[in-house]
Amino acid sequence: MFNVASPLINGLKITLQHLFKKPVTLQYPTERPIIGPRFRGLHALNRFHDRSKCVACYLCPTVCPAKCITVEAAEDPVTHEKYASRYDIDILRCIFCGYCVEACPVDAVKMTETFELANYKREDFAYTQEMLTDKK
Amino acid sequence: MEYEILGLPAWYYIAMVAKVLVVFVWVLLTVAYATYAERKIIGHMQVRLGPMRTGWHGLLQPIADGLKLFFKEEIIPAEASTFAFLVAPLIALVPAFISFAVIPFGTTITVMGCKIPLQIAAYADKSGGVIDVNVGVLYILALSSLGVYGIVLAGWSSNSKYSLLGGLRASAQMISYELAAGLALITVFMVSGTLSLQQIVADQAGFGWYAWRNPFLFGAFIIFFICSLAEINRTPFDLPEAETELVSGFCTEYSSMKYAMFFMAEYANMITVCAITVTLFLGGWHGPFTDAFPLLSPLYFIAKVYSLIFLCMWIRATYPRYRYDQLMGLGWKFFLPITLVLIVGNGLWISVIGAGNWLGSLFA
Repeated sequence: MFNVASPLINGLKITLQHLFKKPVTLQYPTERPIIGPRFRGLHALNRFHDRSKCVACYLCPTVCPAKCITVEAAEDPVTHEKYASRYDIDILRCIFCGYCVEACPVDAVKMTETFELANYKREDFAYTQEMLTDKK
Repeated sequence: MEYEILGLPAWYYIAMVAKVLVVFVWVLLTVAYATYAERKIIGHMQVRLGPMRTGWHGLLQPIADGLKLFFKEEIIPAEASTFAFLVAPLIALVPAFISFAVIPFGTTITVMGCKIPLQIAAYADKSGGVIDVNVGVLYILALSSLGVYGIVLAGWSSNSKYSLLGGLRASAQMISYELAAGLALITVFMVSGTLSLQQIVADQAGFGWYAWRNPFLFGAFIIFFICSLAEINRTPFDLPEAETELVSGFCTEYSSMKYAMFFMAEYANMITVCAITVTLFLGGWHGPFTDAFPLLSPLYFIAKVYSLIFLCMWIRATYPRYRYDQLMGLGWKFFLPITLVLIVGNGLWISVIGAGNWLGSLFA
């Protein structure tokens, strides 16, 4: 009889102990989560003078496992420097692995703490270079 | 000179209406807030918060839920048997509420010189003696088995395989567990010698609660409570509405207020069962100082009922659901023989040691 009852009572004890624990719930929109220093949120492109730092080396679209980055290279008519005329990220495909940041040789692409990326239209998730580049 | 209707004084009818209103409002409010309490308690037992948004700490959640259900679309399946489909929620709900008619929820109070026993189906005669339904327990047993018809009818009239299986399970479970529960109650009648709930409660005065009159009665108390959980389809015996197997069981096809009625019936049944257990085993409204302050007695009753409701919720947060064959095995092969042993043991105890209140006599 005791063998039948004791595990049942132990179970009740455990749930009763949990009743007095502090709940782990985060009241999300009012309470904000603690974001770690190496959090991988929405991408951003570092700025160098009047345009992004990107030199269009194609390392990030190459390493990207989700194939969400599109880069097109162009030549600056004045300085003859290679730059990215197009740098688009399809955030719906992105898996936020951060490989692009690791691969970048010139520290152009980084990841921010923005994680609330909900939007209304599919097109709104296609981030362009202007949207990603840090504002002056 | 008192005005009389059908041989009873007029205030008897006024007191009756007042008692009915108070009790049913109390039951309805408890039903509403039992859903809230359940979500809160289970939430905290799972280290969550439970409802928090509607009102302070989610206190308006039951009202919001009720409003939502009220405005939901009423769907009657085309293949359903319409009349039975509509009547089933009522059959489930009404017995859950009217069982309360015979439960004494307090001592006899005196209002403006009139003695009013706090029990709906009771009155004080001219000499001051309280007269109530002398087969109160039978009435409760009859109604509790009537409630399952609502579930069976809902399952059958929905014309859906999940509903039908849910209804079948409910009836099979009801039959298996009502036997053990009824036999557990026999131990109470052996001690009380009456079926009148007023007298059963009066016999438990001075901490002579039946639950600890003797070890056999304590066993009967535990078995009766567990069997009652099974009868009202609460976890861990909620097979008629097992989500993992039967979608939502007997109420799969129900929506809007008809679903809300099943939901209310479930919680009202829980309150009724807790109230019956309190009345039969835990001394009813008895507690200290009820003689000096009669209005304390309903509070003791409510406190005891709420503790048992908390126990139900605690059990729900702890145990997983029984498998169907285990459920049947538990009822027929474990509880039924044990209650028979309890009856014999209780009889021996009464004939050898006596049915008296030995614990109360220790204090006296």
